[in-house]
Amino acid sequence: MAFYSSFATVLVLLAITAPVALLFGFAGATAARSRFLPLSLLGKGYTAIVRGVPDIVFFMFFVIALDQAFEYLRHKAKCPDWSEPIRQGNDFVVCAQAKLPLSTSPQWVHETYGFSLAVLTFAIVFGAFAANVLFGAMKAVPRAQLETAEAYGMSHRQTFWRILVPQMWVYALPGLSNLWMILIKATPLLFLLGVEDIVYWARELGATKSPKFSDYPHGNWHAYYFFGLLVFYLMLTSVSERVFKRITVRLSHGQATAAGEAQRKAAQ
Amino acid sequence: MSCAQTIQDYALRSIGYGERLLPREDYTLCEQFTLIGSGMIWNVYYGLVALLFGFFAATGLAMAKNSTNSWLRKPAEFFIYVFRGSPLFIQFFFAYAVFLSLKQSFPILQPLTSAWLGATLVLFFNTAAYSAEIFYGALRSIPKGDLEAADAYGITGWNRFKRITWPTMLRLAWPSYTNEAIFLFHGTALVSFSSFPVRGQKGDALYYASYFADKTFNPFIPYPILAFYFILLTLMVITVYGMIGKRLNRHLPQATIRRPSFMRTLFR
Repeated sequence: MAFYSSFATVLVLLAITAPVALLFGFAGATAARSRFLPLSLLGKGYTAIVRGVPDIVFFMFFVIALDQAFEYLRHKAKCPDWSEPIRQGNDFVVCAQAKLPLSTSPQWVHETYGFSLAVLTFAIVFGAFAANVLFGAMKAVPRAQLETAEAYGMSHRQTFWRILVPQMWVYALPGLSNLWMILIKATPLLFLLGVEDIVYWARELGATKSPKFSDYPHGNWHAYYFFGLLVFYLMLTSVSERVFKRITVRLSHGQATAAGEAQRKAAQ
Repeated sequence: MSCAQTIQDYALRSIGYGERLLPREDYTLCEQFTLIGSGMIWNVYYGLVALLFGFFAATGLAMAKNSTNSWLRKPAEFFIYVFRGSPLFIQFFFAYAVFLSLKQSFPILQPLTSAWLGATLVLFFNTAAYSAEIFYGALRSIPKGDLEAADAYGITGWNRFKRITWPTMLRLAWPSYTNEAIFLFHGTALVSFSSFPVRGQKGDALYYASYFADKTFNPFIPYPILAFYFILLTLMVITVYGMIGKRLNRHLPQATIRRPSFMRTLFR
């Protein structure tokens, strides 16, 4: 049963991560575009570093790093008169009230905390890729459109929100759809972050069962379980490919691009 | 122990030379740098072998996908669809499970279950599929005039492929192929989690990095070291591929404007 619900875990992760990563990406892209130098350096540095390093390294790094950062902040806030150092040799020690989640809290809090850390990590990594895509898309919007907006006396902010943002999506879509595919294919890495997802259950259930411990003894079924997962992911990617085709058609409607022009001609 | 001594002991640790025991406590920065760097030998090996063989397989697959014969086209399309549509991580698990059961029926296939062959094989299939899709796209966008000119000169068959189709395809595909190479090297980081066993602690870079992170509970040193190595690797890939790309494009008019020499401007 837990095996089937773990499919839902993957889908929930995708559903939450995609918007959050888009938000990170949007913030990163606007920062990189900013005329204020430190902010633009920050945006560009964020995308450059995350893109240059394998995502798995980030997954391994951020989960522990974020966990320790949160605990460190809570430790500073909640136990100001704690005298011992936090790093004692190889140990990371914070006071009991600062533990996250509290050691007294029930099991599901622990699981949710782990899951949300995973979501945050995914969002940070994929936000960098999204920032790169959106940055390119913002540059791809024809300059004439922005100049027209300025000629009508729109302020910088108005131009950004009313002209640039609505128009950039059609340019961003190919990159974003690519990113969505990569995101789907990165979800099995959840298993490494300690979330009990489909890979975890496939490994558990597929392992050899001896009659001593189980009512249903069987040999090594890993191959069958992983084949099932393979098919699941293939289905997921082909469905989303079809959805993206539809969205592209919708978004090109009335745009000053080749696809939009073709639609206009076909409608005449 | 001095740093030179450490390098001497551990630089080739990942392939079985040098000190047998890994350091146990009081890890120095030098030890971490040396061991993680020694693990990188494996990452470079996986990446290079898979790229080298994958390149030729991808050319073949792209030609097959582009052919009019459906006996060639359909299998190539299916292969590319399966390997591009499913996560690399799941492919590793599935392949390992299949190799394990193969080993039981045919003992001669024993080396498939070890990382040096099995994981490389999976990476090879994966990069062949991705590069084949890139090459296929490039094949489709070869300028029609080039092929017509070849026909007009009576260049046909193998000669046409060798002199016209293939170089043009590579030239068009090269920027995306560079990306694919970078992603492949990032993908090699997954091998250490893909249930291919590590014998005698001869692991790849991520194996040593997570070893240190687990032992010290401090992710802030080993993972940035690993990131540093990967950024270095990425830069090397970009340099080498840039050089090849330049050579592929050397017959085309370059975009650089030739300035008149300094003396010419002086005595005009």
